[in-house]
Amino acid sequence: MDQKGYRRGSFQSSTSDEDMLEIAGASLDFSMADDDPPLDREMGGFSSHNGGGMNGTSTMMDFLEEPLPGVGTYEDFNTIDWVREKSRDRDRHREITSRSKESTWALIHSVSDAFSGWLLMLLIGLLAGSLAGLIDISAHWMTDLKEGVCLAGFWFNHEHCCWKSNTTFTDRDKCPEWKSWSQLILGHGEGAFAYILNYFMYVTWALLFSLLAVLLVKGFAPYACGSGIPEIKTILSGFIIRGYLGKWTLVIKTITLVLAVSSGLSLGKEGPLVHVACCCGNILCHLFTKYRKNEAKRREVLSAAAAAGVSVAFGAPIGGVLFSLEEVSYYFPLKTLWRSFFAALVAAFTLRSINPFGNSRLVLFYVEFHMPWHLLELVPFILLGIFGGLWGAFFIRSNIAWCRRRKTTRLGKYPVLEVFVVTAITAVLAFPNEYTRMSTSELISELFNDCGILDSSKLCEYVNDFNSTKGDDLPDRAAGPGVYTAMWQLALALIMKVFITIFTFGMKVPSGLFIPSMAVGAIAGRLLGVAMEQLAFYHHDWAIFSGWCSQGADCITPGLYAMVGAAACLGGVTRMTVSLVVIMFELTGGLEYIVPLMAAAMTSKWVADAIGREGIYDAHIRLNGYPFLEAKEEFSHKTLAMDVMRPRRNDPPLTVITQDSMTVEDVEAIINETTYSGYPVVVSRESQRLVGFVLRRDLIISIENARKKQDGIVSTSIIYFTDHSPPLPPSSPSMLKLRSILDLSPFTVTDQTPMEIVVDIFRKLGLRQCLVTHNGKLLGIITKKDVLKHIAQLANQDPDSILFN
Amino acid sequence: ASMMFAQSTQKYTSSVLLIVLLCCILSPLAQASKSSEDIRCKCICPPYRNISGHIYNKNVSQKDCNCLHVVEPMPVPGNDVEAYCLLCECKYEERSTTTIKVIIIIYLSVVGALLLYMAFLVLVDPLIRKPDAYTQPLHNEEENEDARSLAAAPTPSSARANSVLERVEGAQQRWKRQVQEQRKTVFDRHKMLS
Repeated sequence: MDQKGYRRGSFQSSTSDEDMLEIAGASLDFSMADDDPPLDREMGGFSSHNGGGMNGTSTMMDFLEEPLPGVGTYEDFNTIDWVREKSRDRDRHREITSRSKESTWALIHSVSDAFSGWLLMLLIGLLAGSLAGLIDISAHWMTDLKEGVCLAGFWFNHEHCCWKSNTTFTDRDKCPEWKSWSQLILGHGEGAFAYILNYFMYVTWALLFSLLAVLLVKGFAPYACGSGIPEIKTILSGFIIRGYLGKWTLVIKTITLVLAVSSGLSLGKEGPLVHVACCCGNILCHLFTKYRKNEAKRREVLSAAAAAGVSVAFGAPIGGVLFSLEEVSYYFPLKTLWRSFFAALVAAFTLRSINPFGNSRLVLFYVEFHMPWHLLELVPFILLGIFGGLWGAFFIRSNIAWCRRRKTTRLGKYPVLEVFVVTAITAVLAFPNEYTRMSTSELISELFNDCGILDSSKLCEYVNDFNSTKGDDLPDRAAGPGVYTAMWQLALALIMKVFITIFTFGMKVPSGLFIPSMAVGAIAGRLLGVAMEQLAFYHHDWAIFSGWCSQGADCITPGLYAMVGAAACLGGVTRMTVSLVVIMFELTGGLEYIVPLMAAAMTSKWVADAIGREGIYDAHIRLNGYPFLEAKEEFSHKTLAMDVMRPRRNDPPLTVITQDSMTVEDVEAIINETTYSGYPVVVSRESQRLVGFVLRRDLIISIENARKKQDGIVSTSIIYFTDHSPPLPPSSPSMLKLRSILDLSPFTVTDQTPMEIVVDIFRKLGLRQCLVTHNGKLLGIITKKDVLKHIAQLANQDPDSILFN
Repeated sequence: ASMMFAQSTQKYTSSVLLIVLLCCILSPLAQASKSSEDIRCKCICPPYRNISGHIYNKNVSQKDCNCLHVVEPMPVPGNDVEAYCLLCECKYEERSTTTIKVIIIIYLSVVGALLLYMAFLVLVDPLIRKPDAYTQPLHNEEENEDARSLAAAPTPSSARANSVLERVEGAQQRWKRQVQEQRKTVFDRHKMLS
């Protein structure tokens, strides 16, 4: 039979009228899928989803009782059937438990099956921690490579190069082993020509790194670009994107993340680290049958891997678990909570033992002060929260507009050129200002730092009065000239970062958003903090300051303002709540600052929510049209199931398959003529009483297989879904039993069910489609795509933007 | 049941091998070089009266990492030592040069290997594959042409599928198709990751 009917390639977006059930082309070549090796023929270990037993008699008729390779797997860009996966896992578990009483080997097998989840978490933690260590050390080294090289060993960055030598107090960064490029080439580091040479080398290295990154992404793994969190959110809600969490994506993402961060672009590495950790999780799942074969269980593992990813990014295991719970995961059972925490802890511990920063800290900007704050300071903290909310809303609007332009106009045709131009602009603008020249993590670290006597940076150049120095506690002092210079340089850096991040996030290199938003917030916070400090110093006799901030007291800590600002901006962009506060307080190591952090985070979330409803990740999901069903939906109008179901009033009637009166030819004709991903099976066309639901992919595979392997199956063979074959005259050809691929328990609602309940059912159970009945008879079908389009229509958005199934 | 046994043994041996490999890589890194040049105690002392600020480094253990052991020669007379030492801040730091060296070398070699492979794919591969016209990717291929070329491609290779070289080539072809598909999705049709 000809194969023309089976469409190759994939996920054609619907340009035809039948955009009801979208389908990816029936690809029968299972070896194409990277991370989905063909199913082994596991005899006896794997029961079909309708609960049927496995050990049927091996007669001709029951030949198809055993699951064929390919039955039960999913097409690329399709949604999984959560109910089916979960019931499959339950059946499997029940089988193993019942077998465990038979022999010692089976008992060991059942114990190891239960233990395999924990072993997998351990491996994920180890691998994620090691990769994070590699990324940290390489990024640190390559960032410094833009400025100079270490003669004592080219693999040392600036700080490690000067580790051994004796540096002076004022010039802590200079040591003879570290040579900047102008020193290396010209022999001296002073003068205008040396400055220009340094400038030139900086821009050249930046361009080289980013070009290399984008070429590697384009050449080897195009899925490795971007942040990854919106796509991972969609995958965890049940979507399949083959290759997104594969080996090549992992390798390329790790390598190019280091290159992108080192090139000085305004992006961070936290979001891509979540993607890297999920790739590790997906790859390691292939070692264990329990997780390889079951998509629902695999997503539990991916939730835990995402927690491990955030944990190594911030050194915050609890924050990582909460981030996974709040931002990334769709279903989060309690069992996953404990396992995610274990994975996050193992990852953090692995990273700590690699010790990338040489001081047993996992993050560069760990905060170590514990200065108290006063209740009146809540006013500036709330101001920072408002700033964070405003900036977050502004950033989301502009970034989405820019990404939409990249998607639809000619700008998107030149990704390499775009990266080149953005890097060139960033590098050229960043070099003159020392606060943008340093890497963003270092900038945040310096801004979080509380100025002590021992600090000699420009930001800490206050007018010191040594006679009144009592130990290490410095009082509030007047700002010296260095502080004023630092202030306007920081203001320029703020403006530059606010605008350049809009164009950087979403480029075709791995890009994260946490660090740039924290940088924006930290700069704003520090500016406000220093302003408050000077205000308190010069006007300590005002009513608001006299109570707590007398002369000579150390009352205002600008570093705390920077931290609160960073939290506010991050919350404004991502709309994180609990996870943000927990991550920030794990960074500070103490509970003193919980109240300011919470005040700022809440204020920023409220302000940002008032302006725009979605966080950046949800906005990107909507921009790309992923089929992500939001948890919280309320409709302004009351609609019923029959308003949303297909077929509509003037559509052709529902395509059904009868349970025992259609031939192979008829079914193949239906498959060729329509593009639906599944067909309901009814008793007969007259009665339209529902028997079950059968998937297109399973039908194709089974019929193909039967034609090839089974004797006597011709085009006029009857296909039956009942238990016993229908009575037919003996001269008719042998019949094909396809009961094993029939789902006998499809979900149904009546046509009068309100849509809120239908959406709730879809969301809570993870359905792909739901049948609609009227007085017990089958009337129509509602798919997830229909639900998403309906939601989009009610929210006055474009329903055609839902691209995938 | 015996096949199940064999398969699960295979899975467990591969996972055990993976753990052993990870441990072998991580443990030398973790325990590596507590060599003398990788630990130090760094004391920063600010300007005090007429003495300028100074940084002292010394290779001592964590117990001895305080001002009295590290600051030598002591710039202030005996009765001022306590006041001076109150201002100084001493931190114990350790690092592992071996880890850093190994990681940077691994990273650079992976980048180098990827660059070489990309150069090979762009420059050398088309020259080798010129006789095999039907596997050459066309730039303006439609879906049907793709189907036809793909349908034509597997048949010759399935006959000699057992040779290792053929298998590697088959895998490479599959991978190339996959990357092309991904590239079309992301870069051309802008369906994902815009």
